[in-house]
Amino acid sequence: MKQQYVYGLAAFLAIVGLSVFGYKWRVLDFPISKNQETSVWTIESSIRFESGPGSIKVNLLIPTLTPGFRMLNENSVSRGYGFSLNYGSGGREAQWAIRRADGLQTIYYRISVYEDAGTDQSDTTPPFPPPPVINEPFKTAVDVIVGDVKEHSADTASFTSELLRRMNDPSPDPNVELLTSNAATRAEFVESITTILASARIPARMVHGLEMQDRQRNAEAITWLEVHDGDRWRYFNPITGEENLPEHFLIWWRGNEPLINVEGGSNVQVGFAVQENHLDAVTIAETQAAQLGASAIDFSLYSLPIQTQAVYSVLLMIPIGALVMVVLRNMVGIDAFGTFMPVLIALAFRETKLFWGVVLFTLLVALGLSIRFMLERLRLLLVPRLSAVLIVVVILMLIISLMSHRLGMETGLSVALFPMVIIAMTIERMSVVWEERGAVDAMRAGMGSLIVAIAAYVFMGMQWLEHLIFTFPELLLVVLALVVLAGRYTGYRLLELSRFKALVGR
Amino acid sequence: MFAAAPKLREAGVLGLNERNCEFIMRFNPRRLYPRVDDKVITKELALNAGMAVPELYGVIRNHGEAHEFATIVAERDSFVVKPARGSGGNGILVVTGRSHRKRSTYRLASGVLISEAEIRYHISNIIGGQYSLSGNPDKALIEYCVHFDPVFAEVSYQGVPDVRIIVYRGYPAMAMVRLPTRASDGKANLHQGAVGAGVDMSLGETLTGVLDNDIVDEHPDTGALIAGLLIPQWDFILQSAARGYDVTELGYLGVDMVIDRDLGPLILEMNARPGLNIQIANCTGLATRIAHIDEIHDPDAKPAARARAARREFAAERQTSIAFDI
Repeated sequence: MKQQYVYGLAAFLAIVGLSVFGYKWRVLDFPISKNQETSVWTIESSIRFESGPGSIKVNLLIPTLTPGFRMLNENSVSRGYGFSLNYGSGGREAQWAIRRADGLQTIYYRISVYEDAGTDQSDTTPPFPPPPVINEPFKTAVDVIVGDVKEHSADTASFTSELLRRMNDPSPDPNVELLTSNAATRAEFVESITTILASARIPARMVHGLEMQDRQRNAEAITWLEVHDGDRWRYFNPITGEENLPEHFLIWWRGNEPLINVEGGSNVQVGFAVQENHLDAVTIAETQAAQLGASAIDFSLYSLPIQTQAVYSVLLMIPIGALVMVVLRNMVGIDAFGTFMPVLIALAFRETKLFWGVVLFTLLVALGLSIRFMLERLRLLLVPRLSAVLIVVVILMLIISLMSHRLGMETGLSVALFPMVIIAMTIERMSVVWEERGAVDAMRAGMGSLIVAIAAYVFMGMQWLEHLIFTFPELLLVVLALVVLAGRYTGYRLLELSRFKALVGR
Repeated sequence: MFAAAPKLREAGVLGLNERNCEFIMRFNPRRLYPRVDDKVITKELALNAGMAVPELYGVIRNHGEAHEFATIVAERDSFVVKPARGSGGNGILVVTGRSHRKRSTYRLASGVLISEAEIRYHISNIIGGQYSLSGNPDKALIEYCVHFDPVFAEVSYQGVPDVRIIVYRGYPAMAMVRLPTRASDGKANLHQGAVGAGVDMSLGETLTGVLDNDIVDEHPDTGALIAGLLIPQWDFILQSAARGYDVTELGYLGVDMVIDRDLGPLILEMNARPGLNIQIANCTGLATRIAHIDEIHDPDAKPAARARAARREFAAERQTSIAFDI
């Protein structure tokens, strides 16, 4: 009966753990292995100008909302400039300022983004634009076009398409010709379109962005048209009238404002360089999680502060160590001190690395043991004696650290990361076993602890496992299920097979 | 190596996991543990049931009472000081006499002289928990020192040989005699190097011995043959063991008895987690016997009837000859 409960519980835990894992892996696209890569675009915008005599202030519009992309990080390289990020009317702005500068100045702003189709425009719905103030004869032309296009369209999208078709007509309407004749650049052309759309009370913006390709030295910002249909923003090619965004198109800034504004400088040039890299999916997932508000992410460890994440990436491996210990102790039958001591020793090995960990641990325990035996002669009571051992361990750690530092071995310094209470307890337990059962048993249990600790360390240090558990903490339920099952394992331990060998075949 | 598992299963050998999972956890509820873990309680229970135990001279419960030690042993020349919650025979001080010149100097079983102050230090160590399983504060017992029966004198090296009986649901299932060796330092625990000798349940006669999981015929120190010794008052021993179940209610119990020259078999202690080496000593698996007891189990049977059942059912398969090295 109980056996069935155990199996039922284990099955339940495993199913819950595995199905959440499956959902996150298959549906939410969490990377299952650490080596999955995503392409990351790094765009470097370089600003060159000649400094004037006075103070200099540089304002650069930088990406704010980027549909299809998510920002990984950004930074600025400038010599001696004060740097700040602000929110202006046209979105985010990077500002550099300096009291005085000489000669040709170059400032770099670098941003890394990665493609993420899931990135939706989280922009707010804009109000209907006020009717623009337009002088005659342009006003009449605009009114005629708006009226005409309205008759040939059903909604915002079709209005925009129709308008763009007319504006780009090779043999244009005289009204259109009047409006486009002054537009020397593409930006001015798009600006005139937004004016027309504003007259029709349709919210529209210019967007300027980069069509990114790998290893672009001089990328040009091109202008696109963004129209809000009351529900979401739509993107139109201002020339063809097609509703789409080019592939790898990163929106850099929006609106009519100039990209760059330099006070106190002249001959301003802005260039864009683009490079494509491949970056680890987890790094991206981490950033993504920090930025995303999705509910699945809310419960993910990636939403924790980085420092807490680092703690948990270690803590979450402890169940793995516990599982290793359950297997080694209950199925193999290795003798070890304490219940969780080996796992804690394994944790300490993470800091010191295995070889030095084993060396330092053995050294500390051996030294501590000999001092513990000296204390034995003083006939101290239990608690004071344990405390004395603890103090001796701390002093030994100090000495080892100082000596190894003198010898130029930095590994010795990491000894301080050893949990000294654990070592003190190990020493005490070992010395008790030593006295009670003799040196052989004490050595065997000591070696057993070390073997379990090494095995736990090896498993706890597996990068893919660490990634898997950290990304999918629900797998701990599966570990729990395994431990519960192991709790009802009534078969022989591996070492019992040789222990009872005398009974075989009789 | 793995092929050994089915063979062991076939031989009815009980493994640690199975012992813990199927028997200790099932038949030994935790709340009953103090009955066997605390020797003061065990002694009281056994005395109330009219069983024979070594006489308790006194209990020292805290450091303040340590000075009472001299009063407790004032009339005694030999006695034993032991922790109430000790394990593995640790922390036991056996005093066999006093110095002729100074009564406050005691002679230990090993012949070493020890001062009263040293004994009191030992007692305060016991009270401080040095020998208790978890390091918790403990009590020190001062009790009768067993003068053991000469039956095992040839096959023990110092110390007190005892008889360990596994009692399953009130039925004695298996027994062994534990013989101290030089290596075990007079202690009767197999993992400390004592020799365990299987016992024919029907006759109370020793079979071959086991030392560190290997089968031996002779005592390593005395060289005397281990097999063939008849344990005196075997029927009484089995009955006492069976009554251990009624007293403790532990379904999987180890009862340790010593045989006193004058007082006969005495219950020394009982154990809720008896080890499995007894199987090696008897060259027999416990699981087979446990299964058999489950079959013949009668909840109303009296201890005497259960002891008889054990004698009837668990006669050893006698070896036809014993090889002698000449």
